[in-house]
Amino acid sequence: MTNHSPHTSIRRRLVIQLAVVAAILSLAFFLIVRVIAERAAEVTQDDILAASATAIADALYADRDQVGLDLPYSAISMLGTISQDRVFYRVAVAGQTLTGYEDLKTPERDLTGTEAAFATFPYRGENVRAATVLRPVSLGNQPVAVTVTVAQTQRGLAAISSRITAIATAIAVGFFFLATALSLLTAQSALAPLDRMTQAVARRGPNDLRPVDTDTPTELIPLVEALNKFISRLGTSLSRSEDLIAEAAHRVRTPLATVRAQAEITHHRLKKPEHRQAIREMIRAIDESSRSAGQLLDHAMVTFRADSLEGSNLDLAELLNETCDRLAPTADLKDIEIAREIATGPLDFKGDRILLQNALRNILDNAIKYSLPDTQITVSAQRNGEFRLSVLDQGRGFGDTDIANLTGRFSRGSNVADIVGSGLGLTIADEVARSHGGRLEISRNKEGRGACVTLVLPTS
Amino acid sequence: MNDLNLTLTCHGTQIGYPPVRFLLIEDNTRLAKAITDRLALDGHAVDHSQTLSAARASISVADYDLILLDIMLPDGDGRDFLSEHRQARKRTPVIVLTARSEVSDRVGLLDLGADDYITKPFDFSELEARCRAVLRRQGGSAANQKAYADTILDSTAGTLTTGAGTEALRNRELRLAEVFYAAPGQIFSKTHLMDRLFSFTDDVSENAIEVYVGRLRKKLAQSSVRIETVRGLGYRMTSEQ
Repeated sequence: MTNHSPHTSIRRRLVIQLAVVAAILSLAFFLIVRVIAERAAEVTQDDILAASATAIADALYADRDQVGLDLPYSAISMLGTISQDRVFYRVAVAGQTLTGYEDLKTPERDLTGTEAAFATFPYRGENVRAATVLRPVSLGNQPVAVTVTVAQTQRGLAAISSRITAIATAIAVGFFFLATALSLLTAQSALAPLDRMTQAVARRGPNDLRPVDTDTPTELIPLVEALNKFISRLGTSLSRSEDLIAEAAHRVRTPLATVRAQAEITHHRLKKPEHRQAIREMIRAIDESSRSAGQLLDHAMVTFRADSLEGSNLDLAELLNETCDRLAPTADLKDIEIAREIATGPLDFKGDRILLQNALRNILDNAIKYSLPDTQITVSAQRNGEFRLSVLDQGRGFGDTDIANLTGRFSRGSNVADIVGSGLGLTIADEVARSHGGRLEISRNKEGRGACVTLVLPTS
Repeated sequence: MNDLNLTLTCHGTQIGYPPVRFLLIEDNTRLAKAITDRLALDGHAVDHSQTLSAARASISVADYDLILLDIMLPDGDGRDFLSEHRQARKRTPVIVLTARSEVSDRVGLLDLGADDYITKPFDFSELEARCRAVLRRQGGSAANQKAYADTILDSTAGTLTTGAGTEALRNRELRLAEVFYAAPGQIFSKTHLMDRLFSFTDDVSENAIEVYVGRLRKKLAQSSVRIETVRGLGYRMTSEQ
């Protein structure tokens, strides 16, 4: 009935979409944090390298025709603040190394002004970051270009970078889970009105056809309106079919009743046996048609009610007693005694009173119909793991009829052609039993002739 | 006001159950006529009302033993009449004549205070049996006792009292006894007695009546009352006194 495929779940779709958005945002957040943090670390290193190079450059002096340098150790030691990185430097006068690592060659670069130039390149097996400052020194009247290069390995930077990556990852993952959790809550609250509506509809009994009346968000109003229109149409159609059944019964039965009464009167007045026999046949035919019409309508009603079963608490013992009371006058006409072996305490059961009454009436009515005059019918009700309501007669039994087929529609025993019947009685009883989770057991009376029909119902 | 069918005298020989005064509330005139005629055959008196208002007028001026009530009436629902009747604490028993599906109707009817109901079309012997059961529940009155010679037949209690004591009669024995006690000395044919005892759907031979006559004779053995076989004609009840 309900399609639970994942594509049709709004909640699932909403959560997945929100989770994907959260994942994208987490990833972007992670990348941005990492880039900015690494950039900041690089700038810091560059600033220190530049400051160091500038400090060295500031210590240059002209000594006659040579460039002199008092290497300020603070310029080197300030680099040590970052980490355990190795530091290299080189001071070159017009391309000739004055001091430092001779092979520390900065890639060719246009050095202009006093701004430091930066470069990253491999040196002695490691990548280094280098800052180069150009400082003209006057030798006599001739300026000589002195370049000061300070380079440092990037281990510290890598350490910082991996620390930042770890933190950014942790934050991004946390953000993702938080956002996903929030999206679940959002989906929940967004779908809450739908759930409320579903419950309002699902909670009601099968015959509750009032319009749905819950707090409905604007988006759901058209749906609720459509549902209410449908409910009202269903109600109209159901009451129409119930009315139709009642009306059909009325229209058929009233004229039949007139004919039957007139036939009885005529029967009394007629003297010739062949005329009386003809009237008897007529009355039988009337009984047969009215019984069939009645049972067909009953069967329709039973099917209708069984489809929308609404249980109420009832006492099976009381129900069976009522049925016996009701049919006692009919049994009495044939001097049939109904012996009751009904448990005294209440047999509490939840079911449809009208259906169960109808089933019991059909079973007992059958027993009376097929019993010979001056016999006994034993009606018993027991609770023995399950409820067993039995009607045992001393009638003609089933002959050689296949008992298993007796509950089929219009199926009758092979030995009952002379008795008015429609073949629907046991069908109705069987359908009622099954709609209540029980069954109908039909067996031959163990004490010789007769039949035993038992309505078996589950205890709670 | 209502066409009163006090046909007791013209059908004197037909009496079975002691006459009952019925109020029939039924809007279908043909059916009402048929029911009235059929009940009159058994010696009962029937007043017929086509509407609820006519029925209300009738019960205000006359006492009835039993009310036969249809449900669908032109000026209202028979069930309303039923609840009114019960609220007014009237004792007259009501048997509802229903044409509806028994599944949908019956519970409501008994809850509203109907003493019983019968589905149209009905077998008059079943109607009689139901009337008998309803009236028995109400308790008997001296009017339902018939004395003959040294015996008393109580139709309501279903008992026969002879010198040997009071004995319960089974249904068919009682119905047979009622026929004889209604007209002692009169000869009743087997056919007539068959009609009283068996329904139209019972396939029985005329000899079946002998069984019941035999049983009744046994119960009357300790009295002066005899049921004689009149060869070729039937049976009659006489007394040795």
